[in-house]
Amino acid sequence: MEAKGQVFKYGDNVDTDVIIPARYLNSFDGKELAKHAMVDIDPTFAEKVKKGDLIVAGKNFGCGSSREHAPLCLKEAGVSCVIAETFARIFYRNAINIGLPIIESAQASKDIQAGDEIEVDFDKGIIHNITRKKEYTGQPFPEFMQKIIAAGGLVNYTNANKN
Amino acid sequence: MGMTMTQKILAEHAGLERVEKGQLIMAKLDVVMANDITGPMAIPVFKKMAKKVFDKDKVVLVPDHFTPNKDIKSAENSKSLREFAREQELTHYYEIGQMGIEHALLPEKGIVVGGECIIGADSHTCTYGALGAFSTGVGTTDIATGMATGSLWFKVPGAIKFVLTGKPGKYISGKDIIIHIIGKIGVDGALYKSMEFVGDGIKNLFMDDRFTMANMAIEAGAKNGIFPVDEQAIKYMEEHSKKEYKVYTADEDAIYDEVVEIDLSKVRPTVAYPHLPGNAKTIDEIESEEPVYIDQVVIGSCTNGRMEDMRRAAAILKGQKVNENVRVMIIPATQKIFKACMKEGLAEIFIDAGCSFNTPSCGPCMGGHMGVLAAGEKCVSTTNRNFVGRMGHVDSLIFLASPEVAAASAIKGYIANPESIKEDK
Repeated sequence: MEAKGQVFKYGDNVDTDVIIPARYLNSFDGKELAKHAMVDIDPTFAEKVKKGDLIVAGKNFGCGSSREHAPLCLKEAGVSCVIAETFARIFYRNAINIGLPIIESAQASKDIQAGDEIEVDFDKGIIHNITRKKEYTGQPFPEFMQKIIAAGGLVNYTNANKN
Repeated sequence: MGMTMTQKILAEHAGLERVEKGQLIMAKLDVVMANDITGPMAIPVFKKMAKKVFDKDKVVLVPDHFTPNKDIKSAENSKSLREFAREQELTHYYEIGQMGIEHALLPEKGIVVGGECIIGADSHTCTYGALGAFSTGVGTTDIATGMATGSLWFKVPGAIKFVLTGKPGKYISGKDIIIHIIGKIGVDGALYKSMEFVGDGIKNLFMDDRFTMANMAIEAGAKNGIFPVDEQAIKYMEEHSKKEYKVYTADEDAIYDEVVEIDLSKVRPTVAYPHLPGNAKTIDEIESEEPVYIDQVVIGSCTNGRMEDMRRAAAILKGQKVNENVRVMIIPATQKIFKACMKEGLAEIFIDAGCSFNTPSCGPCMGGHMGVLAAGEKCVSTTNRNFVGRMGHVDSLIFLASPEVAAASAIKGYIANPESIKEDK
């Protein structure tokens, strides 16, 4: 599994209210939600983002509400991976459960700049910064979470492990 | 090496003698809860895994966020939640007229008790830690899996121990204490961890203060917040529930990542300034600055919509008038609290002061309805989040405060010290 694209860069504590404001939560259709992704922090994100692009942010990405609409709208908007120094715990679980790749890397979070071209090799846990010709290592997922990701999310994992 | 209170509850629910920080476990669930935003999204996910919920007494659905429905799409979502509750013959589905804000309603109805392992598709599910339960917020896929299987994976958290001592001052409540704590440790200060509150200061806190504090554990990034089960907690559970509770206490040699001591007698009325719940300022700092004039006050929510909150707000507002530049929404969290406000004469105090007095709903807290802010407006709110755009326009500002500070601000028209209001005795 790989991700390749350009970076949208944000700071610390990007919360779920700016990722997808509650005024759009009367729908849970991913494509509809994707039209409003990041609107309250970056109003032009939804029109500029291209399939494969990445989000790189600081600490505590996805803090706030439990709304799974947040990782879902990013995935549907075409985001191939979110890299942050740390993730808020509910966002972290939700992203794994719906199959939005995420990586914790303090070094990548600091070094990567908006517009950089990035390629992520998930199997090796390596983040390549093509623009700056640098490499960063992400925190590997525990084996159990890797199984959920490999199954394509928690629903498939649960169904495969019945009985 | 001993276990924390949270670790003991998780070990028991995973069928293990002991667990340690970082361990991945599969735990049995006692309560699985969702609302009208997260529930409808979970239903199709649930149907990919099961036809029937794992236990019709343990799956709880509460339409409280966009209800009474604010628009057609929300009405469609509530309808799907209602139909699912009927189809699954759920014991605990609460319709308009009986409902309340989920995190006030579940303890009040006795659906959650100490020692349980609880998940809710709402981040403030950590509230039930006030009763000595392990309780945490999850997303849609997790809640659907919980509804289908009755179990879920967890990574065992480490913990920060907060030792509370002393007695809080007259106008100090759980809200001031928790904003003070988040201001001290930061909005990711307890990331992935439990916040375990201990110490003899706890006996000086009402259950409603403890619910407020556990409720906002998530605002410090915590997985859960938890209080020991003392006489007050036992009395509360015996009055509200027929369920059997179980008391867990942390081992004396439990390992904590950090120990933080809080002298409750030194906590001042504390307000969280935009745009993070950790931007804490004491009322003394606020009073030394230019006044912050406000447009709206909201008193309610899963954080501060309980009876003690209503009483505290009413004590300040009694015989007073709301400032002409301010509109005030008071929202008791449940029907029972609403009725008690009428019986105790609080509803009359609020209405005479010029406040609106509303049916239970999460409404304004996340900019849903019943108090959405326009550009440039400022709101003092007893809710839990002051993120950009949380209550409306991205250029509006939210100041999180206690019911006392909110009520005093409603009278003065700027963020005000409750000590500056002469109570009508």
